[in-house]
Amino acid sequence: MEATQIFTISIYSENNVGLLNRISAIFLKRHINIRSLNTSPSEIENVFRFVIVVKMTEEKVKKVVKQLEKQIEVIKAFYHTDEETIYQESALYKVKSDSLFDERHIQNIIKDSHANIVTVSRDFFVIEKTGFRHETEKLYEDLAPYGLLQFVRSGRISVTKTPMEISDILK
Amino acid sequence: MKTKEQIALQEVESESIKISGAEAVIRCLLAEGVDLIYGYPGGAIMPVYDELYKFQDELNHVLTRHEQGATHAAQGYARTSGKVGVAIATSGPGATNLVTGIADAQIDSTPMVCITGQVGSHLLGSDAFQETDIIGISTPVTKWNYQITKASEIPEIMAKAFYIARSGRPGPVLIDITKDAQFDTFDFSYKKCNLVRSYKAVPPMEMDQIQAAATLINQAKKPLIVFGQGVILGEAEAEFKAFVEKTGIPAAWTILGLSALPTDHPSNVGMVGMHGNYGPNMLTNECDVLLAMGMRFDDRVTGNLDTYAKQAKVIHFEIDPAEVDKNVMADIAVMGNIKETLTKITPLVEEKSHTSWFEKFKEFDAIEFDKVIKEELNPSKEGLSMGEVLKEINNASGGDAVIVTDVGQHQMIACRYAKFNQSKSNVTSGGLGTMGFALPAALGAKMGAPEREVVAIIGDGGYQMTIQELGTIFQTQAAVKIVVLNNDFLGMVRQWQQLFFDKRYASTEMVNPDFVTIAKGYFIDAQRVTKREHLADAVQTMMASKKPYFLEVCVEKENNVFPMIPSGASVSDIRLE
Repeated sequence: MEATQIFTISIYSENNVGLLNRISAIFLKRHINIRSLNTSPSEIENVFRFVIVVKMTEEKVKKVVKQLEKQIEVIKAFYHTDEETIYQESALYKVKSDSLFDERHIQNIIKDSHANIVTVSRDFFVIEKTGFRHETEKLYEDLAPYGLLQFVRSGRISVTKTPMEISDILK
Repeated sequence: MKTKEQIALQEVESESIKISGAEAVIRCLLAEGVDLIYGYPGGAIMPVYDELYKFQDELNHVLTRHEQGATHAAQGYARTSGKVGVAIATSGPGATNLVTGIADAQIDSTPMVCITGQVGSHLLGSDAFQETDIIGISTPVTKWNYQITKASEIPEIMAKAFYIARSGRPGPVLIDITKDAQFDTFDFSYKKCNLVRSYKAVPPMEMDQIQAAATLINQAKKPLIVFGQGVILGEAEAEFKAFVEKTGIPAAWTILGLSALPTDHPSNVGMVGMHGNYGPNMLTNECDVLLAMGMRFDDRVTGNLDTYAKQAKVIHFEIDPAEVDKNVMADIAVMGNIKETLTKITPLVEEKSHTSWFEKFKEFDAIEFDKVIKEELNPSKEGLSMGEVLKEINNASGGDAVIVTDVGQHQMIACRYAKFNQSKSNVTSGGLGTMGFALPAALGAKMGAPEREVVAIIGDGGYQMTIQELGTIFQTQAAVKIVVLNNDFLGMVRQWQQLFFDKRYASTEMVNPDFVTIAKGYFIDAQRVTKREHLADAVQTMMASKKPYFLEVCVEKENNVFPMIPSGASVSDIRLE
């Protein structure tokens, strides 16, 4: 049995209502859990980009990518290993403002983690950290004792080290 | 005289008047060459039906008795005519009733466009009367779907729908149109679609793959062709026959490939798969090169993949890249339209006869004849067999009829024993296994090929799933010949219960009504046969009729279909008894 690993699937597509449903249905039909999903514009005007993170065997991801590419409004789909991509996630941490002033240690945590303070108000402040999963998780663990009012993390965004020959396909 | 397409376009374009979305739908259909649609009216599609009334001379609408019947009729029409079938329904239950037919068309690659009405766009998401998310529901079973909320979108989307449905590997497309988009008016103009930038209908042909395939074929000592519906959908029957005859390779068919090559062709060695023939199944695991042509290695064809043709090099002729290496790894994938790839490869292959290899098939044929076929076609028991009914139908049709089957024992028997001289003659629900398919599909098949004899062969179970379409057959007077092989059982399930569930016949025995009386209630000529001596005459009478005709044949209750590859077993573990 081939081992499972993390793959980042990149989908270039038209930007139409319902396409997300069509894409997620391909995973649903095969009982595959999507670990993270991000949608955004791409480097090409009017072309949308999905970045989906899954854990499965390479044999299976190859078949899934073919099924994705088969969808009429998908222009091209790729899959890559972590080694082949540069990827990041963003996280936001909302903390009570009291903690910032009462607990001097929290300032060191922020400094050491290279996180940014996005906003400060009388009641709360918001820290933003972009990085690898283990980095945002570390900051979560460090801040948790001081009371997190809210925490949220984005899906993975990723670019590949090698070029993606997508612009040529549309010509 | 102006063609229908011209009528559709000229009048409005020259005068540049605004027309309603509903009228635009009709003009789009006419512009795509559609002259026949199946459907059922209702609230959210009424503006389109109002236009159908006005265009009834140009566009024939057949009112089925259930929306599922409309989809299967459209499928039957598409399968015999090679054109896109069209089904139309209202929102909510009308739309959801289409789903089985859409799923069937998707898995069997049938070109179909379904049009559904939808509640007004201002009501979307409000749980309005007969609102259902048919886009969400149909997404996994359509090649493409789209919701139109503005009348001005109609021409472009309809053009795209037909292009996508019929091009590449065909499939069903659903277009959902809100009621306000049907009412609104706009300046109509129509342009046929032949390009969608994100969609490659046919992958490019690669000459080096064709060359490599030809080399492998020329070296092969024991090659075997398994051909599927791709040959029919690609309209490559002549090219396929030329290839088969030049290479002298034995050719076996999948259930949907049946009739692409005449059943009596000397190179035709029968059917592969669960109830296929002994020789091609056994020799799949002996061949040195397996040529898969327009087929997709369905599990009912391959049995256990771990023991399927492991000794063979596999050459896969395929139009859909997602099918390559999906179930069986291909050593060589010949991508493209099979009509073109066959045209390119045939000059590169050597003329051969493979006589001793063919002998092996004949040896297996002799065993199968002795153990299975002889008794099926000429039973020693008193009760009628399904096989002997097929034999009589063959005698009467001479192999020229279209045979439409439902799902189950009768389907396997029909596909095993029916004779076919020409392509597009076998209409059945292969991939989805939809009981209830045959009766409406036979109506569509007849309307798609009105000059041909169409015989529906149906079990007593599946028949009652869409029996209401007798009303449509009566109303249209489509001269469909309906044969119900009645064993008072859900026969195939009963067979499995007998073989694998220790004869625990849970809910498979049926207490049936008087089918002849029901047919006569629809004013359809009908008779019942219970004895062998009446069978031939009854079949002759049915075939000679110029009108719809119903024939019930009461067959042996507990016959089994053999050979059989038990589910999950290897093709070479095929059982003869």
